[in-house]
Amino acid sequence: MATEPLLSLRAVSLRPNGRTVLDAVGFEWNEEVRVCALIGPNGSGKSVLLRTAHGLLEPDEGEVRFEGRPPPGDGLAFEGQALVFQHPSLFRGTVLENLLLVPDPPGRPRSERRERALGMLDRVGLRPLAGAPALKLSGGERQRLALARAWLTEPRLMLLDEPTASLDPSATEQVEQLIGDIRASGCRVLLVSHNLGQAARLADEVVFIHQGRLLERQRAAAFFDCPRTSEARHFLQGALPWQLTTA
Amino acid sequence: MLAQAIGLLQNFESDVVEIVALSLRVSLTAVALATLIGLPLGALVAVARFPGRGAAVVVLNSFMGLPPVIVGVAVYLLLSRSGPLGPLGLLFTPSAMIVAQTCLTLPLIAALARQTVEDAWRQHGETLRSLRVPMVARVRILLWDCRFSLVAVLLAGLGRALSEVGAVMIVGGNIDRATRVMTTAIALEISKGDLALSIALGIVLMTLVFALNILASGVRAAAMLRHGH
Amino acid sequence: MATDHRLIAPARRRLAALAGTMLLAAGLAAAGTAQAQTSITVASTTSTEQSGLFRHLLPAFENKTGIQVKVVAVGTGQALDIARRGDADVVFVHDPKAEEKFIAEGAGVKRFEVMYNDFVLVGPKSDPAKVAGGKDILEALRRVAAAGAPFASRADRSGTHAAELRYWQDAGVDLAAGKGKWYKETGSGMGPTLNTAAGLNAYALTDRGTWLSFRNRGELAILVEGDKRLFNQYGVALVNPAKHPQVKKEAGQKFIDWLISDEGQATIAGYKVNGEQLFFPNAAR
Repeated sequence: MATEPLLSLRAVSLRPNGRTVLDAVGFEWNEEVRVCALIGPNGSGKSVLLRTAHGLLEPDEGEVRFEGRPPPGDGLAFEGQALVFQHPSLFRGTVLENLLLVPDPPGRPRSERRERALGMLDRVGLRPLAGAPALKLSGGERQRLALARAWLTEPRLMLLDEPTASLDPSATEQVEQLIGDIRASGCRVLLVSHNLGQAARLADEVVFIHQGRLLERQRAAAFFDCPRTSEARHFLQGALPWQLTTA
Repeated sequence: MLAQAIGLLQNFESDVVEIVALSLRVSLTAVALATLIGLPLGALVAVARFPGRGAAVVVLNSFMGLPPVIVGVAVYLLLSRSGPLGPLGLLFTPSAMIVAQTCLTLPLIAALARQTVEDAWRQHGETLRSLRVPMVARVRILLWDCRFSLVAVLLAGLGRALSEVGAVMIVGGNIDRATRVMTTAIALEISKGDLALSIALGIVLMTLVFALNILASGVRAAAMLRHGH
Repeated sequence: MATDHRLIAPARRRLAALAGTMLLAAGLAAAGTAQAQTSITVASTTSTEQSGLFRHLLPAFENKTGIQVKVVAVGTGQALDIARRGDADVVFVHDPKAEEKFIAEGAGVKRFEVMYNDFVLVGPKSDPAKVAGGKDILEALRRVAAAGAPFASRADRSGTHAAELRYWQDAGVDLAAGKGKWYKETGSGMGPTLNTAAGLNAYALTDRGTWLSFRNRGELAILVEGDKRLFNQYGVALVNPAKHPQVKKEAGQKFIDWLISDEGQATIAGYKVNGEQLFFPNAAR
């Protein structure tokens, strides 16, 4: 029996104000891929694609399906997905209170909410800060809290928009480790990243976007070794003048 | 004149205490009711999308500046024995004053809440949609997130209620020992030509208003301290 | 780093909400008419209230009967209107013509005379119209009009205003010519009108009771008094329960009966300001 692909976009175009941001993007999640990196130059449409895949944006043409379902259509994102923004917005309360806001995933009783939240804080290493004001956290801590919040919804697909773009190396390492944990837990990850080294480290597959069009899609190692399209080649050369082989 | 005023306050102590206590009871109750209705109302208008939403915002903002006398006359006609709510027998009682002041501060609180929550929605909207938070919970969370700014909104409403005279005069009747509050007492003393006592009462009123504003600043400062901004 | 004990327990929040609700309920209950005792609403005039008579009179009645009397003090015209709407149980005003009309139209049951005081003409000590010491109010008003001296009128349908207009009419003065010039219509109560008169150094007609308790006299003094025409009669009437069934007719009637009883009349006579009696009881025997 053929199961529905996790995520599928068919000829998705987005043209806000007459400008074409996404141009007939077609994509079907490969069953074997755990982490997929979405890369491309600035303004290529990566973040917009992410939001469209999440159900936050409605395409002008084409359709988006998650696990075979169309978008909920009530302004909410797909059930089963979670998205972490580059600058996550946290609420004016403690770290724990921010997690307690998250609606319970289907099947989880409300009485367990606090326990699950505390457990999640353990997993992301923020348990000692449970009572601290969320708005006073450092950049890396905020990102980990946002990841914790997203993970708490028990998603099947996690979308990450430049998760470490504004973090220092040690914070970046901590977050990358978390992404590894998320991957290991069975949740798929769609990662937008400027950091090509990060993409090479974390991703199984790379999707290259240029001016709203999906130009290339390859296994990560193969892509960085030998990109097929000239745009990708130019991009890689421009972004990193030296060869990418190790983390 | 000032010393005379303070001296008068001491002489009329029990009167003044009664008047101040009633002012606080009426205005605090009114603001509490206005908050119960106005906060969720304002937050809903901020967050929900419905036809006529733009008009609702304009209406709320316009009613913020309702002249107290107009509210007084409207509530008087409602509560008068010859009016629709006459049988309730509320006219010339503190309850009527509470009704009038609730009507007066409700639009203020709702309009300011709407503005505050709308700013918060702009900031947190995508996150709340991403987490699939349903409408009612959205309103609750945003109100909680804005709570320090909302305290300032409440205190603004309370200041307005304590300082108004038009509405409570008309629906309360300024009855000695029953519906006399600070503002109507001041008006009465002025009309009797007793400037010293009106100044004395005015000082009490201003002190209360100042105290409220200091409290508002304190709340904001506490928020800054604890949460960083 | 922050500590676990700062986690807000859900229980504490619920407690705060409960406390808040209780406070709200208490405020509502306390502010509501949760009085066990009966009370009546009496629509009366600002001059009666501002003279301080009620503070002296009402405790005696309340102690004797346990009925609380709530006085709404506005101009006579407004007081009768409030009664017509059924928002008061008793009227206690000083405009016999208006009161008789009130009874005639069935809004009130029966009118009883209670007490009287008198009006006086006050004015600046400099007295530009030269009326001081006179005993004829009509002549005095003629002189004020002739001199074009400023005169502050209540112009608010009160008993005092009604009396004032009668005097002008009897004196044969055409007010239309003076309106906006020397004849100033303040549209307000006795106190504010006297404030205006003091501020403008104008003449004004006032009842003696308000004048005696008025503090902001400026340069004003009593210039004309004692004319029999200046007699100011107060009357009381029960609002007609046939028209407004919720009128508290027993308690209201008790109040009226007490006012015209020996005890009530004596209490009225006993009210003095600076040793001077303000109101003179004259209920029919």
